[in-house]
Amino acid sequence: MGVAEQLTRGRSIVRGRIDVLLVTLLVVLLGVDLLGQLVGGALGFPFLASVFLEGLVVGLAYGLAGIGLSMTYSILNFANFAHGDTVTVGAFAGWSTAYVLGGLGTAGVGSLFLLGGSPSISVLSAFGVVVIGALTAGASGAALSLALDRVVYRPMRSADGISLLIASIGVALGLRYLIAFVYGTDVRGVTAPVSKLGLFRLEGVTGIGLIRPGQRVGELAGAGELPFFLPVGAGGTGSEVLVSLTLHGVALAIAASGLMLGVHLLLQRTKLGTAMRAMADNKPLARVTGIPTERVIRATWIVGGALTGIAGFLIVLERGTMSFTFGWLLLLFIFSAVILGGIGSIYGAMAGGIIIGLVDSMAIIWLPSSLTKAAAFAVLILVLIVRPDGLFGGVTTA
Amino acid sequence: MSSADSSLPGVGRLRATLTSVFAGHDGRMIAGTMGGIYLLLILVGLLAGFDAGGVVNTLRAATVYAAGYGMLVLALNLHWGYTGLFNIGVAGFMAVGTYTTAILSAAPSTEPGFGLGLPLGVAVIGGMLAAALLGVLTALPALRLRADYLAIVTVALSEIIRLGIKSRPLAEFTLLGTTVGTGGGRGISYPAPNRFGSWALETVPGGGAVYDVGAAVGVARPVIEGVVYMFLLIASAAAFWVFLVRVGNSPFGRVLKAIREDELVASSLGKDTRRFKLIVFAVGCALMGLAGYLWLGRSGFVNDLSFRPNITFFVFVALIIGGAGSNTGSILGGMVFSSVLFYFPQFVSQNFSPGGVAPRNFVAALDGVGAFGAYALQNISAIRFMLIGIVLVYLMQNRPQGLLGHRTESAAAIDLLDRDAGMRADGGAPDTASRPDRQGEDGE
Repeated sequence: MGVAEQLTRGRSIVRGRIDVLLVTLLVVLLGVDLLGQLVGGALGFPFLASVFLEGLVVGLAYGLAGIGLSMTYSILNFANFAHGDTVTVGAFAGWSTAYVLGGLGTAGVGSLFLLGGSPSISVLSAFGVVVIGALTAGASGAALSLALDRVVYRPMRSADGISLLIASIGVALGLRYLIAFVYGTDVRGVTAPVSKLGLFRLEGVTGIGLIRPGQRVGELAGAGELPFFLPVGAGGTGSEVLVSLTLHGVALAIAASGLMLGVHLLLQRTKLGTAMRAMADNKPLARVTGIPTERVIRATWIVGGALTGIAGFLIVLERGTMSFTFGWLLLLFIFSAVILGGIGSIYGAMAGGIIIGLVDSMAIIWLPSSLTKAAAFAVLILVLIVRPDGLFGGVTTA
Repeated sequence: MSSADSSLPGVGRLRATLTSVFAGHDGRMIAGTMGGIYLLLILVGLLAGFDAGGVVNTLRAATVYAAGYGMLVLALNLHWGYTGLFNIGVAGFMAVGTYTTAILSAAPSTEPGFGLGLPLGVAVIGGMLAAALLGVLTALPALRLRADYLAIVTVALSEIIRLGIKSRPLAEFTLLGTTVGTGGGRGISYPAPNRFGSWALETVPGGGAVYDVGAAVGVARPVIEGVVYMFLLIASAAAFWVFLVRVGNSPFGRVLKAIREDELVASSLGKDTRRFKLIVFAVGCALMGLAGYLWLGRSGFVNDLSFRPNITFFVFVALIIGGAGSNTGSILGGMVFSSVLFYFPQFVSQNFSPGGVAPRNFVAALDGVGAFGAYALQNISAIRFMLIGIVLVYLMQNRPQGLLGHRTESAAAIDLLDRDAGMRADGGAPDTASRPDRQGEDGE
């Protein structure tokens, strides 16, 4: 009997690990194939670097947007399907504010509020307006989350996770079509073209530089035409872009990293953060310890909602376009990020976001472009089936 | 004051009458609800100045929606209502069923899309089998997941399917020497289910006479053909209902309910709950695939945009309205959702235009009540979806069991409490007041 027990246990361990083993094998194989393609010349370094960088930046945004989802998922124990539409509301509120401030005097306030007119807004031309827009987006996300909690979720505090999930689907529909009702259903471009920061080679000189929207590396008369160029080395011939990223992408990366650091400090250094972690871990125990659970839940919505709204604003800043469904379409990516990193883990959400961003952008090396999103969703399904606690083994940090 | 007082017993009597007429009689409830919806549509149609043909066409359109949603809700009820499987990938399973049927039945030279030109019967069965197979493949690894994880897996899967349909490799490929494909973003054309009307009237002897009768009362030929197709949908929905009621009342169905209530108990009584869940998933997905072809693909053309996740959530809202776990509730939910929440607002905005030009945008609409009303009527589809969301939240807060959910369903084939009518199969209760357990709480 003891032997049989041992055997079944051993078998289940092996079976549990076979899944993980297969996935690891797949990742290693893809890595080897990538190296082979790179060495064999089938894949150029500039292309690889650009998809990598794009994935990294988009992934940071997924991670930032995922923090709020992860917090409410672990503390209130439900998958919030309205999270994507909170991203949308934050983005629209932030950009309306930015348009009204940036275009004051050029068009009517009403028209600017509806993102009409063309007050050329970019981080270079209107840095202050962009910052105020991002802050407004955060404030709107927090206010919206608080209001929704008060009206929708608080009366259902004792309900199970699935009831809350279904209610959040209703909230998602309501928010999305409220935006459609106010702003219409067009996809609109909101940002002005902006310079790119990158690593260039100009006639054999490699350097870090800034290039204006209209300029092309091959057509430059010399480095003097660039707003900024810092040679770092020589080698190779001709002129090309090795890696580049728009300043909006840079702004997104800096802001997202800064906010993530802020969340880390909040969770680790403040009493509120400790209380949040305690609630995520064991709610009844937190309550008997004297943690004011309702107040912590409100704080969670505020922090999560603010980060979500800012994430929405920054994603639009980087992409340049938005429509009433853009947050909804991001929801599955955000879910992927959160689940990949382990629900409740803030650091997991950040790491998961970056991995999902990289999968989405780098899958183009192996798959047709129409299937890269499907690859990201496939990773989500795979993780849920093979390792539902997330890549990092369900170590919750918050 | 006194008039209000005197009317109170009247209200009570009306309530009692309605309860005695409808409660416990599922057929009457369905007929009564549909009758009410028809009455509303006829009144509004007459207000808009419709002739007989217009009214018939309106009722036909509403019924097609109701039957289509009814089928889908019934299939989802088998998953969520009976077995507690939180499947929100309905759109994906519909897509697989519809596309398989489409590819199998479309003529080889069809553009867009490429088909095999098989007989329709084979194609429909093939579509159901494909959806069922996908259901099994999904369920095999996914069934051990928590409910919320299963939800995310299924919704992600439905998006993967949709993206796959749109992708280039599947748009056109060679299978055993024949070119087939989904047509990618251009969609696929195939023999349309709603051509059933003209086919039936031409094939059945005396079918031509129906056209003459229609012409005499002012109903055009396409409307008549649409009505015949509508009857096909009603028949399918009725078949779904009969099948699922029988499944629900069978020993198999009792195990499903046991799994929903407490899976541990069911498995400790020696039931292989995994196998039961697999079968249920396959059967429900096959039904979704069939409903997808018959209803969503009724015009003979679909593309990937037909299967966006929204349709899944609409089916879910309809199920919640009707009440998870009740087949009759599923039909009622499908009717109420599709006719009242989905079709009616659109119908109103199409047929009643306010005087003057509606404001261009939201800010202009804030000018006054009239301007806002005109803007709202013009953008009624957005308001409709907001309303659907609000209804869903309201129901989850106040009536999570829906109209008819959580009815106590007797485990025994014969109701042991009902000694008088014990032999009656469907247990039409003679005295509902004494048997509150069999009574829908909102039966009226």
